[in-house]
Amino acid sequence: MRLQLALKDALIGAVVAALLFIPLVALRTDVGSTGALTLRYRWTDAAILIGLVFLGRLALVLWTGRTGLRPSTSAGPWTLRLQRLGKLAAPAFLAFALVLPAIPGIDRYWLDLGILVLTYVMLGWGLNIVVGLAGLLDLGYVAFYAVGAYSYALLAQYFGLSFWVCLPLAGILAAFWGVLLGFPVLRLRGDYLAIVTLAFGEIIRVVLLNWVSLTGGPNGISGIPRPSFFGLPFSMSGGEGTFAGFFGLEPSSVHRVIFLYYLILALALLTNWVTIRLRRQPLGRAWEALREDEIACRALGINVTITKLTAFALGAMFGGFAGAFFATRQAFISPESFTFIESAIILAIVVLGGLGSQIGVAVAALVLIGGTEIFRDLQEWRMLVFGGAMVVIMVLRPRGLVGTRTPSIALGKRRAIDGKLVGEGHG
Amino acid sequence: MVQAGIIAPPSPDGNFPYAAAAGMASFGATGKHGLEGFLAYALQQLINGISLGMIYGLIAVGYTMVYGIIGMINFAHGDVFMIGAFLSLIAVLLLSMGGMMGGPAGIILVLLLSIVITAAYGWAIERIAYRPLRGSFRLAPLISAIGISIVLQNFVQVSQGARVKPMETLIPGGVEVMREDGFVVQFAYTQMLIIGVTLAVLAVFTILVTRTPLGRAMRACEQDRKMASLLGIDTDKTISLTFVIGAALASVAGTMYLLRYGVIDFFIGFLAGVKAFTAAVLGGIGSLPGAVLGGLLIGLIETFWSAYFSVQYKDVAAFSILVLTLIFLPTGLLGRQEVEKV
Repeated sequence: MRLQLALKDALIGAVVAALLFIPLVALRTDVGSTGALTLRYRWTDAAILIGLVFLGRLALVLWTGRTGLRPSTSAGPWTLRLQRLGKLAAPAFLAFALVLPAIPGIDRYWLDLGILVLTYVMLGWGLNIVVGLAGLLDLGYVAFYAVGAYSYALLAQYFGLSFWVCLPLAGILAAFWGVLLGFPVLRLRGDYLAIVTLAFGEIIRVVLLNWVSLTGGPNGISGIPRPSFFGLPFSMSGGEGTFAGFFGLEPSSVHRVIFLYYLILALALLTNWVTIRLRRQPLGRAWEALREDEIACRALGINVTITKLTAFALGAMFGGFAGAFFATRQAFISPESFTFIESAIILAIVVLGGLGSQIGVAVAALVLIGGTEIFRDLQEWRMLVFGGAMVVIMVLRPRGLVGTRTPSIALGKRRAIDGKLVGEGHG
Repeated sequence: MVQAGIIAPPSPDGNFPYAAAAGMASFGATGKHGLEGFLAYALQQLINGISLGMIYGLIAVGYTMVYGIIGMINFAHGDVFMIGAFLSLIAVLLLSMGGMMGGPAGIILVLLLSIVITAAYGWAIERIAYRPLRGSFRLAPLISAIGISIVLQNFVQVSQGARVKPMETLIPGGVEVMREDGFVVQFAYTQMLIIGVTLAVLAVFTILVTRTPLGRAMRACEQDRKMASLLGIDTDKTISLTFVIGAALASVAGTMYLLRYGVIDFFIGFLAGVKAFTAAVLGGIGSLPGAVLGGLLIGLIETFWSAYFSVQYKDVAAFSILVLTLIFLPTGLLGRQEVEKV
């Protein structure tokens, strides 16, 4: 009986898949040598896809006995194990991150990869404040990253300010933009907010692209000064006033990379620390309450606008820090680095890590950024996998893989709250 | 990002609306004209703006319908439009290989093929990504929709390649409306086709919504989904059909876009989607006539903005309208006040 049902369902699935995949996969349009478009046939590719859909549906129905998937927020069998693992994993990760440059065999490539991953960890943690804690879907987070990067680049270029002066300034400017954008739009419902932040991100990018006299337009800004070690530049000359000369080391280009690595590690840990501390304070609790039920928050006398604005401003500030770091690391920035795809990647990290979970975001950044960096050949499949993973996670476990939460503050014994018990308000 | 500057400009008088902001300066404003050419130039922009606005309107209807029924922004709708454009291109190539592309029958066949398959995409998307999430927490369907949008874009990028696809003009020429000081105002045949087809499709669609049992079920779901299901309406089926109809309209927009501008790539859905969403919000989200009105307004504003101010900032103009509308006129022009209930 079940087999019959499964076969029927799988056949329907295969027919739909044939409708979807035959035109777009089997018939490939190519610009021919004459400049005219030609069709190239790829029947095997389409057949493989259709076969996969057929087998997938068949397996699904045979295994679960149902034709549809249901989202679940209840604790899975792996929940406790994951939580216990998480307790051990966080210090282990930290220790590994701290000693990474000292591990023998770690060369420049791995350090650069580490810097890249940590940048995304920091961005993920920054966005986590906005999306994970306060429940405001921000699709234009990359705008604050861009504001931070351009703030540092322009301040350094026009006023000759050093990185250490510009870093807080970049954060403040980004936070200022966050408030400026947030103030009028935060009264909007969640999904409107998402689109407006998206529009804002695009506006910033288009302005950066077209304001050629200030930002250099599509050519970007190059020659952005590198950071110094408390006033000691990383120079290859090895003279008296340089980092290598001061500490009596052999001048090496790796010094700066190691320094940048620790710098972004410190910045990311700062983001994490601030978030963890704030979660225990009235402000952080107000964020989480807001995420659960906005109307109840209002009824309890929480100033919704101020609460949302602080989340927005703080998230933006950390984005700005990360941007300034990005600028000084690359020494070159252009609007191309700040497209919507970048926002989508950061959001994917936060979503896949489980909204609101700090360690989850770090692991997601490591897997998504580090993983795809290692499989470089599959570059064009990367976003396809990201998007698909976002859908799958939302459909199967919308509250993230762990699915339970430990309340930040509790009366009496602290217990994990099953996701089933957490009612979701509509604000 | 695709550099749209490499390929030949698609139309002589053309306003090329969606391509990447970089390198597009040469296709838009044809420069400043003297006072004598003013009327002709403005008339040309009016024609361009209306035909562009019709395309936005068709996409915006899809946003507004879905929002009306399940209160969710279908973020992937712009990419469904892109899928529609690609399917039309493939249909055109297939038919011209079979020698069936001549005359209006070819165009109708292209429209039909693209509508059927795009509708299948709309159905599948709803079934896979949105239906399991009904009744889940607020951000879940939106995040899922963003995921679908990314998937569709990259699916087309992987399967059809990242390069832009320039198609030969199928319907060249047009009617000369007026001539003033050497500036010819042309009403292209493709523009006539866009306006005609859009009006016809919208008429059919209006009858569907106001006169048929399906339309009644849709309106009932929009007012109160729980009550509608208690009264025996299959809400799941109605919502599915809403997505199918929305996708079909987006596919018509895709075909029209392809015929008019001739150049597509996997990224056109993003900007078109945001602008059509702006149109839906401007017209009042949830209101069907509002979506068409909003689309026309956005098309006109964008065209005149590029013609008289700056092409580079035309996207900024559309986005700013979105932000301003949401702040000052959140219910839009024809929308109704939304009452929030606990």
